[in-house]
Order: sequence, then structure tokens, then C-alpha cells
Amino acid sequence: MQFGIFTVGDVTTDPTNGRTPTEAERIKAMVAIAQKAEEVGLDVFAMGEHHNPPFVPSSPTTMLGYIAGRTDKILLSTSTTLITTNDPVKIAEDFAMLQHLADGRVDLMLGRGNTGPVYPWFGKDIRDGIPLAIENYHLLHRLWREDVVDWEGKFRTPLQSFTSTPRPLDDVPPFVWHGSIRSPEIAEQAAYYGDGFFANHIFWPTDHFQRLIELYRRRYEHYGHGSADQAIVGLGGQVFVRKNSQDAIREFRPYFDNAPVYGHGPSLEEFTEQTPLTVGSPEQVIEKTLTFREHFGDYQRQLFLVDHAGLPLKTVLEQLDLLGEEVIPVLRKEFAAGRPAHVPDAPTHASLLAAETTTEVTA
Amino acid sequence: MTTRIAVVSAGLSQPSSTRLLADRLATATARELRAGGAEVELDFVDLRDHARELADNLITGFPAPSLRSAIDQVVTADGLIAVTPIFSASYSGLFKTFFDVLEPDSLAGKPVLAGATGGTERHSLALEHAVRPLFAYLRSIVVPTAVYAASSDWGAHGADQALNNRIDRAASEFATQILGRPSAGPADPYDEPTPFADLLAANLPR
Repeated sequence: MQFGIFTVGDVTTDPTNGRTPTEAERIKAMVAIAQKAEEVGLDVFAMGEHHNPPFVPSSPTTMLGYIAGRTDKILLSTSTTLITTNDPVKIAEDFAMLQHLADGRVDLMLGRGNTGPVYPWFGKDIRDGIPLAIENYHLLHRLWREDVVDWEGKFRTPLQSFTSTPRPLDDVPPFVWHGSIRSPEIAEQAAYYGDGFFANHIFWPTDHFQRLIELYRRRYEHYGHGSADQAIVGLGGQVFVRKNSQDAIREFRPYFDNAPVYGHGPSLEEFTEQTPLTVGSPEQVIEKTLTFREHFGDYQRQLFLVDHAGLPLKTVLEQLDLLGEEVIPVLRKEFAAGRPAHVPDAPTHASLLAAETTTEVTA
Repeated sequence: MTTRIAVVSAGLSQPSSTRLLADRLATATARELRAGGAEVELDFVDLRDHARELADNLITGFPAPSLRSAIDQVVTADGLIAVTPIFSASYSGLFKTFFDVLEPDSLAGKPVLAGATGGTERHSLALEHAVRPLFAYLRSIVVPTAVYAASSDWGAHGADQALNNRIDRAASEFATQILGRPSAGPADPYDEPTPFADLLAANLPR
């Protein structure tokens, strides 16, 4: 089981003091957060992709390449990479390059983006969201697996005898997760390819995501990649943790009340009850996170959102200390207990390479 | 087989003349349906009880639990009676918000009986110019008679009977619409996903 964090990369005013970080500060803070995540023993750092203020991360592979040079172990990923508006050729090349630089510590999560205008900004039509995700990934999948590709689709210039460079590290494409919060088509897509499915359920009630993940698992089995409980599932989570529960609530409430996504809506208490958000002690975070397994089955990757809504860097780093010292070690132990042996871990470069070698020897 | 009618009322006061009209429409509809041989269940949804949850839903994108059960009652019903007060020449904001947070297509094909209340008769055509187009957009089937009740309808000599006549006519049209069709809930894409080969084939030229 992998544990990590994912960041949106928002520049948000701290509601407690009115201070807004500069873009430079936020970008450097994200790097510091990634390094801290490795230091405290997390497995994954993932970042979003956005092309509009107040978000800074428009070039994830640039940032991840830099982070790769300053870390040794942590796996670098995205949350999400826009499969709709990016050219699949450029995704193939950027992430293969990143793989080489990071010695394989790379995977990625594909998504469709969260803002309508991003489509026209890149010459696309939002009404083609699902068809773009289907076609672009179909091409990306081939570019990483076939040295020479002939291609004709609906959305992109045809390719004749095209080779995307560099080739994936060791000829092992990065593992792909497909992220979706509501589209059954994306769960179906992930299942078809035997890829991972990431349900960022942090803003929505559990039972909606149970249906989406159940669909993915059922279709994963249908397409012959393994049994339903061997499908590769990732989940979001959102926490604010202090040693003492009351301190956590008091400190986080102004950030919650003014948060860009849900601020000025439900109360912190209502939102905590209805969504995965946990504001409290390490024990409470552990308890809530363990319920995810009851709802969704044994899964492979848990990512927490810890750095949004204007929280200062110092606070975020303290969150990571608490996660690393008091939360994750217990979660690792608890999730391992009772986990059936046939439930796989999330694929990594090493495991995919080993699988490939085995296949070649067998063949 | 029980015929389930959801009765959505956007009245704000308690007691509310909007809810009163909704009750009258529901009673008349139940009578007509029973006369047609149906067993009838009425589910009342007073939007006032969900006012904060509706505002929260606009912000969070999901309904809190009690709003969600109300939504489920409405989208799975065999027919919908929807009654709003007329504010500023149209349905009330609360009424519109409820229909704004429903999933797309969830009222498609559903028989709807529309009603409205207001202080004077001058606002009655808001039903035709605002409420009916809303349900047309949602691809519901709004029965021809929509019922408007002004304050004067509730007591004036002779007018009361006119209101009753409109309610009966509307209920009769509504019941005929419901009895003449098989009951069917919305299709569930999580149970029956489009197979990937079909998704892909829709895109690729060969």
C-alpha cells in the first residue's frame, strides 16, 4: 500500500492574516513539501495541472524533474495530467523523459480538468471531453509500446512512421491511473486497459464512489486483468491533524470556512460527516482512513490533500511530520493486517520491469 | 403496482398557500388515479425544509443526506406535481435551485403537473412563460392545464369553484398521462456502462 500527498498548487490568501504568497513562494513551497514528504517516509508526491490563476502548476514535468533531482526515493506522479487538452505525443515524450531523469520513480494520473475554458484555450471543445480522453489515451498507450506508430484519429494530425522520444525507460511505460469523480466511461476505460483507477472522493459522499469503484472492479475482471479485488484502486483524502483534536478544529476552521472549493457552504462538522475530510487527532485520521477499506475494498494508493486553502508552508510541514510519525506507520500496519495475499500492490517501475522480464523468459 | 407521485412545494411560510395548492392538486390526482385502478402513494417534498442544504449543494456539488432522499423520491416518481410561489415575475429562487441541482436528464419524460400561487391574478401567466419552459427544457411532459391560485381564489364567491374546476381538469390530464405509460426509472450508467469497444469505435475512423 502506498501513501502520499497530492497538491492542487493553488495560490490562496491565508484567511487568518490576509497574506497571499507570491507564485514564486508557492512554487518553492511545493518543492519543499515534496522533499518533506520523502523525508517523513511517504511514498508518493503528486501534483495537479492547471492553466489559470490562482493555480501555479502549468508544467508538471518541469517541476517533477526538478524534484526528482532533489529526492531519492519518493515516487512522482500527477493529479491530474490533462489527457483532453494536452497533445498525447507531448505527454508520451515528457513523461518518458521524466522517467529517465527520475530513474523510473514516475507514474501519472490522467484526468479531464476542472475548468471549462481550458478546452478552448487549447483549441478543443468541452463537449468532446470523453471522446478526447478516449482517443488521446489510445494514442498515448501505443506511443509508449510501439517504436513506430502510424495513427489517424479524429482530434489530432495523423502520424506516419512516428517514434516518440525518448523511449520509455527500460521499455516499460509509466503506470497510468485514470482519475474521475463521476464518469462511468473513465472507469470503463481504466478497466479495459488494466490501468489504475483513482477516485478523488474528497468532496463527495462515499456511496457515489462505491458505485464508481465497484463498476471499475467488475469491468477490470471482465476484461481479464485479474479478479475484481485485484484491480488497482487509489483514493483521495483530506486531513488537518494536530495532536489534540480541539486544536485541529480551532486552527483549521477559518481555512475551511473560506476555502475556495467548499467555503461559505456547509459547516466543518457537516462536511466532516459527509465526506472523507478529517480534522482532528492522529487517531481520528487513522480511524477515518481505515473506513475507506471497508467501503471500497483493499486498495493500493492513498493520497492526502494537506496544503490548500491558504495554509502556510510551516503548518503544512508540521502536518507532514505528524502524518509521517504518527499516522502512516499505523495505517501501514493496519492496512497490511488482513489483506489477502492475492491483492497486489500498486505497480512500480521495478515491478513492471520484473513482470516484463518474466514474460519474456516464459515466452 | 403502486403509482408514486412526488409533490414538490416551494412555499416559504408555514402554513403556506403554495403547500395548500399542492395538497389540493395531490388529492385530486390521487382520486383520479384510484378511479383508474391504481394504488397511489404521495411523497411530499417541502423545499423550505431543505433550504440550507440546497445552498450547500450549489457550493459543494453534492446533496446532503436528507436532500438526497428528497431528490431520489422526485426522480424515481411516476409523476411530479411542482408548485411554486411567483416571485418577481417567475418561479422562486428556491424552486429553481432544486431543479438546478438535479442530474441532467433525471426528469426527462416525466409527467409534470405545474402549479403556482401569488398575491394577485396578474402573475398567473408566469406559469406559462417561466415554469412551463423550465420543464420543457428538462424534457418533462407538462400537462396542458397548469393551475394558478391567487389570494382571491381562496375565498371569493364563485372564484373558489373556478379554482376547483381548474384543479380537477389538471388532475384528470395528469392522471391520464401517468396511467397511459409504463413506469420507468432513469437508466443507470453505473450498472450498464457503455463497453469500451463502443467508446473507442465512436472515435476512430477505422
